Amino acid sequence: MKHDKKKVEIKCASNMPDMTASLGSMASNKTASWRNLRPEIDESKCIKCFICWKFCPDAAIDFINENTPPKINYDYCKGCGICATECPTKCIEMVEE
Amino acid sequence: MEKVILGNHAVSYGALVSRVQTIAAYPITPQTLIVERLSEMVADGDLDAIFTKVESEHSALASTIGSSSVGARAFTATSSQGLALMHEMIHWAAGARLPIVLANVNRAMAPGWNIWTDQNDSLSCRDTGWMQVYCQNNQEVLDSIIMGYKVSEQVLLPTMVSLDAFVLSHTAENVDIPDIKLVDKYLPPYKLKIKMDVDDPHSFGALSSPENYMEFRYKMQEAMYKAEDIIIKEGKEFERIFGRKYGMVEEYRTEGAEIILVVSATIASTARASIDSLRAKGIKIGLLRIRVFRPFPVKDVARVLLNKKKAIVIDRNISYGKSGIFFDEIKGAFYNIEGEKPKIFGYIAGLGGRDVTPEAIFDMVNDAMRKDKPEKDIIWSGVKL
Repeated sequence: MKHDKKKVEIKCASNMPDMTASLGSMASNKTASWRNLRPEIDESKCIKCFICWKFCPDAAIDFINENTPPKINYDYCKGCGICATECPTKCIEMVEE
Repeated sequence: MEKVILGNHAVSYGALVSRVQTIAAYPITPQTLIVERLSEMVADGDLDAIFTKVESEHSALASTIGSSSVGARAFTATSSQGLALMHEMIHWAAGARLPIVLANVNRAMAPGWNIWTDQNDSLSCRDTGWMQVYCQNNQEVLDSIIMGYKVSEQVLLPTMVSLDAFVLSHTAENVDIPDIKLVDKYLPPYKLKIKMDVDDPHSFGALSSPENYMEFRYKMQEAMYKAEDIIIKEGKEFERIFGRKYGMVEEYRTEGAEIILVVSATIASTARASIDSLRAKGIKIGLLRIRVFRPFPVKDVARVLLNKKKAIVIDRNISYGKSGIFFDEIKGAFYNIEGEKPKIFGYIAGLGGRDVTPEAIFDMVNDAMRKDKPEKDIIWSGVKL
């Protein structure tokens, strides 16, 4: 799993890429402040199927490795609850903030 | 190879010899024949491309944006209501700087429901960052698809190639389909510098803040400036290889002319014949056909129209509350340019596929010749009052 780590340094138009790619703008723009319900994974029940990671529409669940339960990134998770609904062992609970 | 083909199939063959790699297809009259023929080319193994049937035009362009983003030469086609449904993605394709070529069959917008030709569908995309080409015959349609990729892939802006509904789309003409090996020489394989690639990941379409959004827009405009030079350069290169010449505009009998008729698309063919008749009567009139509408050919328009007495612009479109759109663009193009400006007469004609006949053109020319200057910005041609 590779991550995009090439934040583009923008000083003026001439050194910018044409495309709005790799701006790195979301690193500082944390978008989870409107979350009402927070998903919490009970790691003891997690079978590491990574279905939650596949289903997260905002890529806010991080894959660490095959033997480690995935980790929810609370800087970007909006609390939609898709992960909790899809989890086959029901080990994700939606907790009020 | 010379073949008698419909304008729609000229588009299909243009895509074939350009070796497009993806086609997203959703049917709409009068465009359907374009993707239908392409589906046969793919099924028969003549074209090595992924043909995707989608559930709407919005998805057709979204899918095309996806395949262009991974570096494929991507194609789609639509018309009228379909182009309107694509509109969100039309902005996206240009803003993402993807060299997509889209064929649009110019068809009037509903209601009243109408499948015949006018230009309000594509001209509603004027301010999106797409280059726009308006074709006058089936040969130009085919050639413009090839040149569209050649120019788009250099400036990273998409190209919309427009052809008139039925007048071209469903009319058979003699078309030279160039040898694909010759096209390969003109149009090398497409290589996108920054693309979606799992081995070299980038984020795409992320937040662009007030600190950098304007710079991206500035760069789109710079690309449009550059596009004008490249369209001219590639038009000459196209002529060298294929023997057919294309530029931003086309002039006909403008030498010694005092009046210039300005038209676009298929009205040009009728207008050329009309110019011949008028010249035979001793009227000093010539023709300027606007081929490329975006980038707008300001220099050519000024060169041809300055120091002429009158210009007569025929618009098969209308910007409600203002005037014909080409008329408005031409008038605006002059404002800061030094020189004697002609009186510009703007006629609205041929909306919803009404024929613009030689008689209609003679009426417009006679009307403009009778008057010293236009009384208003819109003069309706042939409306039953």
